[in-house]
Amino acid sequence: MEWEAVIGLEIHVQLATQSKIFSGASIAFGAEPNTQACAVDLGLPGILPVLNEKAVEMAVKFGLGVEAEIGMKSVFERKNYFYPDLPKGYQTTQNDLPIVGPGIIEVEPEEGKIRQIRIHHAHLEEDAGKSLHEDFHGMTGIDLNRAGTPLLEIVSEPDMRSAKEAIAYIKAIHSIVTYLGISDGNMAEGSMRCDANVSVRLKGEEKYGTRAEIKNINSFKFIEKAINHEIERQIELIEDGGKVVQETRLYDADKNETRSMRSKEEANDYRYFPCPDLLPVELDEAYIEHIRAEMPELPKQKKQRFIDELGLSSYDAGVLSATRPMAEYFEQVKERCGDAKLAANWVMGELSGQMNKDGVEIEQSPVSAAQLGDLIKRVMDDTINGKAAKQVFAALWSGEGASADEIIEAKGLKQVTDTGAIAAVVDEVLANNPQQVEQYQAAPEDKRGKMVGFFVGQVMKASKGTANPQMVNQLLKEKLG
Amino acid sequence: MALERSDVEKVAHLARLKIEENDIPEYTRNLTSILELVNQMQAVDIEGTDPLAHPLDATQRLRHDEVTESDQREHFQQNAPAKEAGLFLVPKVIE
Repeated sequence: MEWEAVIGLEIHVQLATQSKIFSGASIAFGAEPNTQACAVDLGLPGILPVLNEKAVEMAVKFGLGVEAEIGMKSVFERKNYFYPDLPKGYQTTQNDLPIVGPGIIEVEPEEGKIRQIRIHHAHLEEDAGKSLHEDFHGMTGIDLNRAGTPLLEIVSEPDMRSAKEAIAYIKAIHSIVTYLGISDGNMAEGSMRCDANVSVRLKGEEKYGTRAEIKNINSFKFIEKAINHEIERQIELIEDGGKVVQETRLYDADKNETRSMRSKEEANDYRYFPCPDLLPVELDEAYIEHIRAEMPELPKQKKQRFIDELGLSSYDAGVLSATRPMAEYFEQVKERCGDAKLAANWVMGELSGQMNKDGVEIEQSPVSAAQLGDLIKRVMDDTINGKAAKQVFAALWSGEGASADEIIEAKGLKQVTDTGAIAAVVDEVLANNPQQVEQYQAAPEDKRGKMVGFFVGQVMKASKGTANPQMVNQLLKEKLG
Repeated sequence: MALERSDVEKVAHLARLKIEENDIPEYTRNLTSILELVNQMQAVDIEGTDPLAHPLDATQRLRHDEVTESDQREHFQQNAPAKEAGLFLVPKVIE
């Protein structure tokens, strides 16, 4: 039997506003507990929420970025449940009339394999506070700084068929929200959180199987593991004659397993109703057009431009446009040195290699785009050869100098292109290795190509790597006859 | 549609309301009559009428995205029955 997974995702994106969605309290990360929870966030009597215009704008930007219908009239509702980190007893959210309607996003889980994932809708809502279960004399601690933080919940259709596709989708959403600047996308700080609805069915089957919802998965790595684990659990269960029950399961990263959350006895009886404190939000065409005009170039468009205008391959263009910091870095290097292909090679080669090795992100690269651009210029104008350039890059990375020129000077890496100077070194090498010269001259023509490598190596060594390799080759061939 | 006693008990639990055993029959009657009113409204032809989310013919005003609130933790926590290290303390929540 061949099984197929059906996956739908709900992604909560924390919007990069200054203040909360319904109050003027700050949403800065890392503040002392409850110092950023004002009367509105605490749900004190007599409070009145007022909607943050930036949150609306950011939601509309997202909608335009995924070619969605924008909800010209959207309504906030109350989702009622009791939990100590939700002081009002309800979450203000959108239900029937969300601000972003159906949209679509293109993902590429494998090179050359394009998938369209439909977005069901996206809505604005407030975040809850945080419960701290460490022992406070048998009590639970509540920090309400996060209460009221603006979230955009993006709900996909069940269009994904593997954990890999789910990851590609999340990465695409991450890329769009960071390009748009509507979220910092920082998963470690909870700026993007993901719930996955997972079911399995036999391949070819039309009907969906019963789904389980996995909550609490907060990194790309865990999402893939959690989904794969859940798929296996369900297949095993069904093959052993059991049945999947609709339930919420919690992912435990330490044990790599999901387990049932039994506590939700009243699951899904949230008794939604329109929030009497908030009036319907109405947008007009002029507002939408104004935002449309301010939209930055998105990853998909950027990739296409890299291919069409810069002549990069589809793969290179994809890698270099995947995240906003990567694209910005690459474009700066390209501007500085003036050669897109060399810039692409260096960013994807030496730079990415060092980043992986040291485990740093491009934002933390010790080599700035300007420094790398200047280094490439020195290769282009033949000041240094490729080998020396790698040395200069390594020196820049470890902070041995402020610029490529400074390092080239300090290390004496300037390429020697003076024929006389190189010829002198070549003569010296040949004089010191009479035996090899004899062997070379006795060898048949087709073996000589390989043997010349020995002499090139010796010359480069004697010149401390600064001789122009093409000229060395040429001179050697002339002198060896 | 008549409500059952168990419906009233469930609604009371969801709203975290403690109700007296003796009062349940009356709540059941009253809530049933509200549902009858709703049924009456269901019969009205609303073809071509937009759903109404709010009785006022007005739209939401928006505020600028500015931090206008300062830390008043001490003030707000004066009412808290239990607190420690800046946190509100509540009876243990078991997941």
